[in-house]
Amino acid sequence: MPAIASRRKSKLTPQQYLDLYYYMRLNREVEETMTRLFRQNKIVGGLYSSLGQEAISVGTAYALEKRDWLAPMIRNIGALLVKGVPPRDIFTQHMAKFTSPTKGKDGTSHFGDLENLHIVSPISMLGDLIPVMTGVAIAGRYLGQKIVAMTWIGDGGSSTGVFHEGLNFAAAQRAPFVLILENNQWAYSTPVRRQVRLVNLADRAKAYGITSYIVDGNDVVEVYATAKEAVERARAGEGPILIEAKTFRRSGHAQHDPAEYVPKEQREFWEKRDPIELYEAFLLKEKLLDAKSKKEMEEKLTSLLEKDREFAENSPLPPDEIVQQGVYCTGDDCHKIRAKWERPIAEVMPPKSCVEPVWTVEGFGRGKSPAGKNAPIHFGDVPQEQKAEPQGRSAKKAGKKPVAKSAKKGGR
Amino acid sequence: MAAITFLEAIKQAMFEEMAADPTVVLIGEDVGVYGGAFKTSEGLLEKFGWERVIDTPISESAIIGAACGMSYLGLRPIAEMQFIDFILCAFNQITNFVAKGHYLWNAPAPMVIRGPSGGGVHGGPFHSANPEMYFVHTPGLKVVYPSTPYDAKGLLKASIRDNNPVLFFEHKFLYRRIKEEIPAGDYTVPLGKAVVRREGKHLTILSYAAMMHTSLEAAAALAKEGIEAEVIDLRTLLPLDEETILKSVKKTNKCLVVHEDTKTGGIAGEISAVLCEKAFQDLDGPVLRVTSLDTPVPYAPTLEEAFLPNAQKVFAAAKELAKY
Repeated sequence: MPAIASRRKSKLTPQQYLDLYYYMRLNREVEETMTRLFRQNKIVGGLYSSLGQEAISVGTAYALEKRDWLAPMIRNIGALLVKGVPPRDIFTQHMAKFTSPTKGKDGTSHFGDLENLHIVSPISMLGDLIPVMTGVAIAGRYLGQKIVAMTWIGDGGSSTGVFHEGLNFAAAQRAPFVLILENNQWAYSTPVRRQVRLVNLADRAKAYGITSYIVDGNDVVEVYATAKEAVERARAGEGPILIEAKTFRRSGHAQHDPAEYVPKEQREFWEKRDPIELYEAFLLKEKLLDAKSKKEMEEKLTSLLEKDREFAENSPLPPDEIVQQGVYCTGDDCHKIRAKWERPIAEVMPPKSCVEPVWTVEGFGRGKSPAGKNAPIHFGDVPQEQKAEPQGRSAKKAGKKPVAKSAKKGGR
Repeated sequence: MAAITFLEAIKQAMFEEMAADPTVVLIGEDVGVYGGAFKTSEGLLEKFGWERVIDTPISESAIIGAACGMSYLGLRPIAEMQFIDFILCAFNQITNFVAKGHYLWNAPAPMVIRGPSGGGVHGGPFHSANPEMYFVHTPGLKVVYPSTPYDAKGLLKASIRDNNPVLFFEHKFLYRRIKEEIPAGDYTVPLGKAVVRREGKHLTILSYAAMMHTSLEAAAALAKEGIEAEVIDLRTLLPLDEETILKSVKKTNKCLVVHEDTKTGGIAGEISAVLCEKAFQDLDGPVLRVTSLDTPVPYAPTLEEAFLPNAQKVFAAAKELAKY
């Protein structure tokens, strides 16, 4: 299935246009605040920037519904903000504070919330979230929740083994799963052309027989509209979808990296295409934003960030007595694990005889599939009668008799 | 009440847990249509359907990752490794993702990873492994390795109901070789509790899985020479039941550890350190080890026999120890 170059310009409500703007600005200003904190030596570990990639985190996460699940990568703070994470959680995480979601046990965007926000924490090993979110999607379907699971991967992470295992399994299961491939053209210091023999990383989808899109990752409306369509298609049962968002990593791999390996011309080209500036010009031209409302929004952002930064700075580091706490769940007093059923349990309990899954490939096991005549015959199934096209050599080949004969032999 | 095999006990545990709890699902390679490479899940697909018995591509990382994701929504997946040797394909997913979630971000992952392990069946270097210690070294996991059908059933049920990721090793040598009468109806065996299999006063033999039976065989031979060995089945390696171990060693004052895993970095070394720290004054002799050799598991029957511990080796080591 070829990648679809997205040209979608869906109509949003004025408020939705402004939401996208607000979250992109929030994304950038949270990161700018942290850059200042980093320079003041208040960030404990590394600091990773999504400068220039905000439209992707914000536009894709904005396409999700409240019930949906997401798992961010390190450069997806914007997605967390859209999902409802307050900036103070991001500040406290980076500053290893006791008030952070992980109580200082991990940093950066490595935290989650299973209960309310439906966020799965990333780890530093790239690609691991792909099978995990596939599992989330399958479990959601089993429980009747009609959810979509979304995660992100970079151009670099798309070369991991677990990317392949995860996406292939998601495809085999037709899981309601959307994968955003942020092609920011650099995996640390290695450019895409030295990683992959593909021009479009969306072409990886062909290997899994799934739908893919290519979008301009610096156009937030296009990103949102494409993600929205993908989320709806996944929710409708069309299987996983891969979206390649083309963009550029304007900072180094992390704060320590001046990224001198990036050609000057490339940097200049992309700096002229700042997603927030482009979008602001669009909003002003379309009269969706004016100077007054812009100023109001900026004041709101400033006061929110000041308050949250202060909270984080004034928070203590974790006390050492918690160091051994929480390695194991101690049972119901620790976590009451209860699946949220949104389908009658009677459909699966008491156990019934084998039920055909709704998501198997059409014709599976019957010698007919989208691949046509070449579909394999599975474990002794009787092949379908060939009704049409009785002429020519191919008809003879695909005819009833030879197939039946080979089936008798026990397959091909 | 008929005697059942070790393999049948595992099948019964999965069947009963799936029948009782709709959140229990099985995921793995060839677990559905084929019923598992060793037929441990035979009949489960027909009974519980495609949504609960999931055949996967050959993708161990995807199996573990997906099971973990499923557990986040409150399911209790059982992920099967066709042979436990292949668990190393998913090593990163287990040790970095699954094991650390509860400590780091308060995310319990109630899942079981189980599969056939161990040698003695001429499976060669890639179908005979005992990789338990990679995981015993990983905080956040529990590691279970039963030796009897009764325990296999009770411990697997307890593992499925546990809120943590549990690695459940099934010694394939035992699958069809041992039978035991087990009570009808539901029961569990608690994780983290060792059991005394044979009482004795002269020395303690600690073991688990197939070597448990080897140790009992050696203990019977020792008894004929007047040496009464106390044999303890560890059952769970993580968390280790130090209480039962210390109680026995403080009584017998001598300890021999027998396991099929290789020597360097095996649990025997860890137990030896625990005894040095907590029972040094009680020891009348060195803590000895009878283990497999520090090599890959060889293929030829002669080589594998030389590689594995056996009752003669245990007997000889115990006799040496008894002299102290």
